[in-house]
Amino acid sequence: MPIDRIAAVEGTAIPLRGGNIDTDRIIPARFLRAITFEGLERHLFEDDRAQAGDHPFANPAHAGATILLVNANFGCGSSREHAPQAIRRWGIRAVVGESFSEIFFGNSVALGMPCLTAARAVIEELMQQAERDPRRELRLSLDALHVVSGDRSFALTMPAAARQSFLDGTWDATALLLDKYDEVESVARRLPYLRGWS
Amino acid sequence: MSATLFEKVWRAHTVRALGNGQTQLFIGLHLIHEVTTPQAFEMLRARGWGVRFPERTIATVDHIVPTRDQRRPFLDVMAEDMLSALERNCRAAGIRLFDISGGAQGIVHVIGPELGLTQPGMTIACGDSHTSTHGAFGAIAFGVGTSQVRDVLASQCLALDPLKVRRIRVSGRLGRGVYAKDVILDIIRRLGVSGGVGYAYEYAGDTVERMSMDERMTICNMSIEGGARAGYVNPDQVTFDYLRGRRFAPDGDEFEAACDWWRSMASDPDARYDGEVEIDAAAIEPTVTWGINPGQSVHVSETVPRVDEAEAADRPSLREALDFMGLRDGQPIRGTKIDVAFIGSCTNARLSDLREAATIIRGRHVAAHVTALVVPGSQAVRLAAEREGLDRVFTEAGFEWRGAGCSMCLAMNPDRLEGTQVCASSSNRNFKGRQGSPTGRTLLMSPAMVAAAAIAGEVADVREFAHAD
Repeated sequence: MPIDRIAAVEGTAIPLRGGNIDTDRIIPARFLRAITFEGLERHLFEDDRAQAGDHPFANPAHAGATILLVNANFGCGSSREHAPQAIRRWGIRAVVGESFSEIFFGNSVALGMPCLTAARAVIEELMQQAERDPRRELRLSLDALHVVSGDRSFALTMPAAARQSFLDGTWDATALLLDKYDEVESVARRLPYLRGWS
Repeated sequence: MSATLFEKVWRAHTVRALGNGQTQLFIGLHLIHEVTTPQAFEMLRARGWGVRFPERTIATVDHIVPTRDQRRPFLDVMAEDMLSALERNCRAAGIRLFDISGGAQGIVHVIGPELGLTQPGMTIACGDSHTSTHGAFGAIAFGVGTSQVRDVLASQCLALDPLKVRRIRVSGRLGRGVYAKDVILDIIRRLGVSGGVGYAYEYAGDTVERMSMDERMTICNMSIEGGARAGYVNPDQVTFDYLRGRRFAPDGDEFEAACDWWRSMASDPDARYDGEVEIDAAAIEPTVTWGINPGQSVHVSETVPRVDEAEAADRPSLREALDFMGLRDGQPIRGTKIDVAFIGSCTNARLSDLREAATIIRGRHVAAHVTALVVPGSQAVRLAAEREGLDRVFTEAGFEWRGAGCSMCLAMNPDRLEGTQVCASSSNRNFKGRQGSPTGRTLLMSPAMVAAAAIAGEVADVREFAHAD
């Protein structure tokens, strides 16, 4: 695997308001019936879009956005990777929110889509900006841990390990886990339920 | 050095510290199902990797399987394709698959324990968020996504950050008609749906110690609804008695040796926690969710919230939830009319759940306007229930008696709500659209409460049903 470092994301933002937006809403279970992730982006927030006349993902003004703005506990519920897959396949390259569910966060790391947190007031301001001016470009830096909008800069946070893995290009963990495999074998050999009980 | 079970299990399975500060953790048991794995096997093939420890991965089918007619090929072509893909992948990798035809199929979180695969002190991963269920045995068990399923297949390891541990001590006697489901709904209501993010929940206290393994599984199952990726109960004699004689549990002298190790993995009495919460069991009543997340619940004797009494910041989400559910501000939850009653899911479809529901139903009949179904959690549960005659209790009362699977919990199969139907459900999530209709409405409650609602045709208080005790 080539090393794919992710240090910055630039582009316009799409604001998605609401706390506790769960993965069933992001991608309803009926779209998990295929054996590939291909085409999932077409069904992103499908039921929410149908029920809310003004859903941001139905608004052409936000087409092409690369940064998704969300509120608290985004991505809670099911562990389906289909949720971040659908978001990323739609074109999103980073998510900025008040907080994330842990499994969603981990799944997003594994497919190279960083999730960063910011204070509630910052999210509110960025959302209002994006609603007022959908073409406004943001520059998000994992290195500096901030997002720049015009002449203003807003602080972001991210767990150190996840940030490092994007900066190093080691967010796709499999190769790392297969490295030094003798150490894995030795753990397996000392666990009584694998080694034998007697 | 005293430690929690979490710390001991983590330490025993640590391979090494990774450069970014995460831990490479060995996964002792990997459970897989049809939905979150085909892409993982595909990624392995694309990279030319094999399955490293095929004997430590166990597969079954649950999410997509129909529960009415389980003959192959399934009528649903996509379901048949998905199942065939799992069969091919398992055959090629040498992974044991508990298929529909074998008698041991069921919801992955039901069969792991009942086969004795789930054991104390293990690390367990599965591409399903309700993997937390297995924590009932004193295992550290958590849900992962498909890329992490790939990682486990390829390396039997995951790259993870350790969790903090919060101890939740439940003390005292549960009242009549109050079950493990009510306890966990109460915990989620108090601590919130994101209160557990970053934590494993250790459930302790005399109430939990008196619980059966089935009840402990119900509690650990819904840890994730409280935001906690993992939840566990320290292993004790109840755990060991459950495991003795199970197909994949150690036997003979090995069983005693295993018990010694299992016991040694329990949290030490003077272990330190990152937080502690006390819950008074006697104060918990039968609980029902009224909203669109599992933290939005009330006791059956209470009313749903009033928007004008809430904090200003909370009003929009409260309004959204009440409108979606078709409920009026401040209305009593009791008496809410239902259309469907569903007893099933990895939360509450084990034999004891079916027995409790049958106790309420025996000699009564489902209300005329209600569609009611019982979906056992596994083929073994179904067979055991039939041996006790529970199937007849249910069918004579007007319930449908189905084959094992996830069914209407998430509606990836033909079982689903239609339109704005209201469902009294023993499952775990009341999210918008969760049960298959984008506008369907879910009221979560214990299986006994579902039974009571099915009979009354509306949300009812199970304590008023004579047989409940």
